[in-house]
Amino acid sequence: MSRGLDIKRGRVDLSHGAGGRAMGRLIEDIFLAAFDNEFLRAGDDQAAFDVSAGRMAMTTDGYVVSPLFFPGGDIGKLAVCGTINDLAMAGARPLYLTASFIVEEGFALADLKRIADSMGEASKAAGVPVIAGDTKVVERGKADGVFISTAGVGAIPDGLNLSCRRVRAGDVVLLSGSIGDHGVAVMSKRENLEFETEILSDCAALHGLVADMVEAAGPHLRAMRDPTRGGLAAVLNEFAHAAGVGFSIGEGAIPVRREVAAACEFLGLDPLNVANEGKLVAFVAPEGAEALLAAMRAHPLGREAAVIGRAVEDANGFVEMRTAFGGGRIVDWLAGEQLPRIC
Amino acid sequence: MKYVDEYRDGALAQKIAATIARETQGERVYRLMEFCGGHTHAISRYGLEDLLPGNVQLIHGPGCPVCVLPMARIDLGIACARRPEVIMCVYGDMMRVPGSDGASFLKAKAEGADVRMVYSTLDAVRIAEAAPEREVVFFAIGFETTTPPTALAIRAAEKKGLKNFSVICNHVLTPAAMTAILESGECGVEGFIGPAHVSTVIGSRPYEIFASKYRKPVVIAGFEPLDVAQAILMLVRQINQGRAEVENEYIRAVTREGNARAQAEVADLFELRDTFEWRGLGFLLLSALKLREGYAVYDAEIRFGLVEKPAKDNPACECGTILRGVKKPAECKLFGTACTPETPMGSCMVSPEGACSAHWTYGRFRERARAAE
Repeated sequence: MSRGLDIKRGRVDLSHGAGGRAMGRLIEDIFLAAFDNEFLRAGDDQAAFDVSAGRMAMTTDGYVVSPLFFPGGDIGKLAVCGTINDLAMAGARPLYLTASFIVEEGFALADLKRIADSMGEASKAAGVPVIAGDTKVVERGKADGVFISTAGVGAIPDGLNLSCRRVRAGDVVLLSGSIGDHGVAVMSKRENLEFETEILSDCAALHGLVADMVEAAGPHLRAMRDPTRGGLAAVLNEFAHAAGVGFSIGEGAIPVRREVAAACEFLGLDPLNVANEGKLVAFVAPEGAEALLAAMRAHPLGREAAVIGRAVEDANGFVEMRTAFGGGRIVDWLAGEQLPRIC
Repeated sequence: MKYVDEYRDGALAQKIAATIARETQGERVYRLMEFCGGHTHAISRYGLEDLLPGNVQLIHGPGCPVCVLPMARIDLGIACARRPEVIMCVYGDMMRVPGSDGASFLKAKAEGADVRMVYSTLDAVRIAEAAPEREVVFFAIGFETTTPPTALAIRAAEKKGLKNFSVICNHVLTPAAMTAILESGECGVEGFIGPAHVSTVIGSRPYEIFASKYRKPVVIAGFEPLDVAQAILMLVRQINQGRAEVENEYIRAVTREGNARAQAEVADLFELRDTFEWRGLGFLLLSALKLREGYAVYDAEIRFGLVEKPAKDNPACECGTILRGVKKPAECKLFGTACTPETPMGSCMVSPEGACSAHWTYGRFRERARAAE
């Protein structure tokens, strides 16, 4: 029992979730090693930290992506970036994360370590530590490899109040870069769908970009959202619904990589519905649009940023798009599921 | 994207649109039916109607395989899927199509039936190979385009010696439906935008009767928006000049004779059904295929003794009149109220190729403009 984990060949068994010594080993050799920080080292069941005055943002998220490893990322990096992005969309400076792992019996320790290391790397790069965690092991067949749920807290800068309800007619809509990369990268590795592509997931933490945007546009910035499941189409429809406006966008202004367009073409998908993990949509009062666009383009994660349209008065809440072909169409929510477990 | 962007060129579209506008001047109204759901989808997705003059009216035809499948066939498929030994393989479009009492393959799956969505008929064969203890049934739907892949799957199963693979054959024939539309005379169609993919298989020859006997021009067109725009122009010219011919806009893929090998394979395995029910069109003689007697072991209807039971559509659902080109989606009382893509009452709201789904998803903003007029 006191032997170290055989990470190379070993597999997770039920004892790793039983609260005994085996679980202690797993936590120490895999999770502590990956996330190492003072909070975890304290060894308590919770992390205690000081807070500053002002408003905080809190979020929670679950990750069930299949496959666990995909071009450009894995479930671990996705969990860190996704949670950070949820906080960042409120303009918040992300402070701390927590992570809970539900692992299937028989899962290779080497893969678990790879995921934890990738998570640790992403969290260090972002400067947002994982300060508490939990591990559960379930019998074979009761999960699919590993599921991760996270929580995150962040501090909202004084005076900033971003909300989808603040968007009004005339506001300018900006997109930080090309759409559909994540969804296509994941789909390209799906069992019954495999196809060759060079596309990498755009999985990235956006809080640095957001900080620059907040500084540039200040009070003109109304709201932001990262277009994950459901893609850009879902974000625009959600905002139309919440703010009681319509949107008018131009297809020609929306960046889509050639490979993504090609993959969508033969899978019969619309890039507007495909998931992203490193992009954001920003809604800004017209007077702040120019400065915001410049700030986005100056950041590595916003280099391809573009103005894609405007909010308009429309009681129907339609998202209308001028197609590159020259006609008009609605951009609707996706009905049903495009492909499950994309994040 | 090469070989795609060329056919979606906005500047070219404007030129064709201007020519159509010039050549359709006057009081005359042009009623053109795009037979295929693929065309309906392209027209809506690219907003082609916005480029056309008001006197060119596009009527959506019945060429959406999911849409024309009557409820009784869906019920039959769901009943088969509920058998414990069966793995039912279906194309994604089929999952949400409502059967009787709101049942669907999707709901049957949630209730425990083993329903798998497949992208290819050969996926179904692979599933059968991997699960010899189960009965794998492929719910085959579609016009002449998807019939050869079904034939291919049966051939593959035969070659592999699989004893657990069979199909529920719902394959239907395009010319039969076009004849029914013309014979009824209900929707006053003056010309057809002819099928793209179907014609790659059957060629352009089978449409010649519509020109010679019914005096209706047919222009076979690809599924890209410029193809459709060009075909509309060609139809307008035929009508203006009083011609009724089969013309081929889609020469990059369609010949007069079609794909002889695919035709031979289909003829080998399938034969005509005496009659088959189409949603909207009713029972049409010699309009669908079934497996030949020699391939009866692959016929799930025989294998499991499946029997069609009469089923009634929701009486308020206008799918039938819409499929016949008599009504437009927005003229249905259920459209956008009780019937949306999330909660479809009729099949036309399910498939992306269905007229109601296409109008809801892409085109319903035009109702607002019409209301304002």
